[in-house]
Amino acid sequence: MASNAIEYINHHLTFWNSDPSPARGFWSLHVDTFSVSLFLAFVFAGVFAMVARRASLENPGKLQLFVESIIELVDTQVKEIFHAKSNVIAPLALTIFCWIFLMNAMDMLPVDLLPNIAQWIGHSFFGLEPHHVYFRSVPSADVNATFAMSLSVFLCIIGFSIKAKGLGGWGKELLTAPFHTHNPIGAIILAPLNFIFQLVELAAKPISLSLRLFGNLYAGELIFILIALLPWGAQWILGAPWAIFHILIITLQAFVFMMLTIVYLSLAVEAH
Amino acid sequence: MEFNVTLLGQAITFAILVWFTMKFVWPPLTNMMEERAKRIADGLAAAERGKQDLEAAEKRVADEVRKAKQQAMEIIATAEKRATQIVDEAKDNASTEGARIVADAKGQIDQEVMRAKEALREHVAQLAVVGAEKILRKEIDAAKHADLLSSIKAEF
Repeated sequence: MASNAIEYINHHLTFWNSDPSPARGFWSLHVDTFSVSLFLAFVFAGVFAMVARRASLENPGKLQLFVESIIELVDTQVKEIFHAKSNVIAPLALTIFCWIFLMNAMDMLPVDLLPNIAQWIGHSFFGLEPHHVYFRSVPSADVNATFAMSLSVFLCIIGFSIKAKGLGGWGKELLTAPFHTHNPIGAIILAPLNFIFQLVELAAKPISLSLRLFGNLYAGELIFILIALLPWGAQWILGAPWAIFHILIITLQAFVFMMLTIVYLSLAVEAH
Repeated sequence: MEFNVTLLGQAITFAILVWFTMKFVWPPLTNMMEERAKRIADGLAAAERGKQDLEAAEKRVADEVRKAKQQAMEIIATAEKRATQIVDEAKDNASTEGARIVADAKGQIDQEVMRAKEALREHVAQLAVVGAEKILRKEIDAAKHADLLSSIKAEF
């Protein structure tokens, strides 16, 4: 049982890698993460673009009202936090919120559902050994997915900083904040210190963004896997509360990622 | 934690998704929502204006009604005054007319009396002549005494 359990957990925590050999390098792809998140991207883009196309001013349907309420939520946050003018930040925030929410929501599927379907397809149509078919259904429990987003946000932060303050202004800020002095000798002494501070602060943003999301979703998935190890009659005792609690986490993590993105970008635009 | 090309793939998907949202989702929907908010605001403003117009109209109507009532009262007062005037005039006219009629009647009566007197005089004269004829038939010739008789007639 114990070795079975470890095997079960390990199997569930292994990605479907395009290169199954252990010596794989950078150029291997997590097919499950990529395909599931791509599918969810299509879901989001499809639903929202359809609503945007058919949007009725006088007589909005229920789906349109739902979409509008999400847009209203994002728009309110952006307007409250981000005071400069930008055509990018609001759509960016909306995309982050919806895409992360959908990726997180994959956690609500039964842990064995997609892996078993993948195993069945692999076994029946491709003659694969079921044990060697791996599938992880939650893309946001993959650091690649979370870092892809947080590094994109990081690039946006740098881009926004340079656009708002100019390359020189931003460079000057890196050397003169947070410790500031009017004494020229003091400024030279403080410059490396400031630079280190700023680099740490800058680097901490994408790392904290992605690791927070990854940690929450990875832990959630792991607990679902552990619950799945219980006898089937007892699973609901822990599974139901955890699933209900997880509804909150799914939404909250998507919201937090969006909010912090807006906050970081507004910090990037505003002067220190 | 294994970093590989998935990160790049995800970043590309993300970039395309953000671009798509920027292009086809956010602007049409927010424009539509703004347009709707504007329309609602316009509608509310129009309703407010309509309410104010109605209030002004009601005030004007009340004014008109009040003025009309006042005019009507004035008209009634003048009419009453005129009516009493007319009645008074009619009374005056009637009394003068009555006096005139009475005076006319008196005149006519006087004339009638005069005429009757004349007729009576004629009659009496004839009667006297007839009587005198009868008396004097025998002794007096009517032709002879005509002068005398006419002088008597004149004396009446």
